[in-house]
Amino acid sequence: MTATWVTIGLLTVGTVAIKAVGPVVLGGRDLPPRLNGVVARLAPALLAALVVVETFGRGHELAVDESAIGLLAAAAALAARLPMVVVVLIAAVVTAVLRAL
Amino acid sequence: MPQMKEGFKAGLAFTIPTLALGASFGVLAEPVMGATAAILMSIFVFAGAAQFGSVTVLAAGGGVASAVSAGLLINGRFLPMGLAMAPALRGGPVRRAAEAQAMVDASWALAQRGDGFNREMMLGATIPQAACWWAGTAIGALGGSLIGDPRALGLDAMFPAFYLALLVYEMDLRVTGTSALLGAAIALCLVPIAPPGIPVVAASAAALLGLRQR
Repeated sequence: MTATWVTIGLLTVGTVAIKAVGPVVLGGRDLPPRLNGVVARLAPALLAALVVVETFGRGHELAVDESAIGLLAAAAALAARLPMVVVVLIAAVVTAVLRAL
Repeated sequence: MPQMKEGFKAGLAFTIPTLALGASFGVLAEPVMGATAAILMSIFVFAGAAQFGSVTVLAAGGGVASAVSAGLLINGRFLPMGLAMAPALRGGPVRRAAEAQAMVDASWALAQRGDGFNREMMLGATIPQAACWWAGTAIGALGGSLIGDPRALGLDAMFPAFYLALLVYEMDLRVTGTSALLGAAIALCLVPIAPPGIPVVAASAAALLGLRQR
């Protein structure tokens, strides 16, 4: 049990520090303008990485399972411009149904 | 404050996936650490992917050092994200550090606007997500037996779909699509060889394509 609380404590302190370091060190200064293009591309690069890692990553392995089909269904729903909540539910329902088969 | 309200409304779109993911976390964490610790972890650590990563290590019998480093590596992406939003925050170091704690993936991505980072949007969008993350964890930790196996319900498929939706609906992919594809490719290549978390952090290098643009 002690290990649990020490883990939670250290993870809390570390996460707070990681989130704070950029804003505190940079202060209110603007980033150099030549970095504007980099900042604009950071979110798409990170989001795309999160999509593929959470869908295909299992520790050190890459695996394709029912959730990959769920993601494809979500992509189709996005192409049809359905609302975000519907897109997310479609991914879950398609994945759940395939797993129940 | 109108933009904070707008952010809050935008954040409401994330309530269902955040509740579902919180419940999956509660179901995973309760047998490992008990319901109280699981809920307190969601309140204090407040970073979903890192919590999953470190509880998975603990559940497999790993020690504190590996559980903490797994979580912190996964949170490494908040370093470049924090740098990108730094100019938009307000006040002295303490206030900036406090405002930075509201940074979660979806709010941060939503707050990236063509004309720069919108601080109010991020703060507003995090409010409903925080409430849902905490409530979801409590539901999963206390009522896990009612939920059953989160995988059977397809709950793990919600978050990738949600990130994909943010990518398609909120990002200007005509300009940034190449960086998105490159980021995904970098992450996939690194999964087999790098510790968990590093593939996503390294994907931020794909944003350097923006250096060419003036």
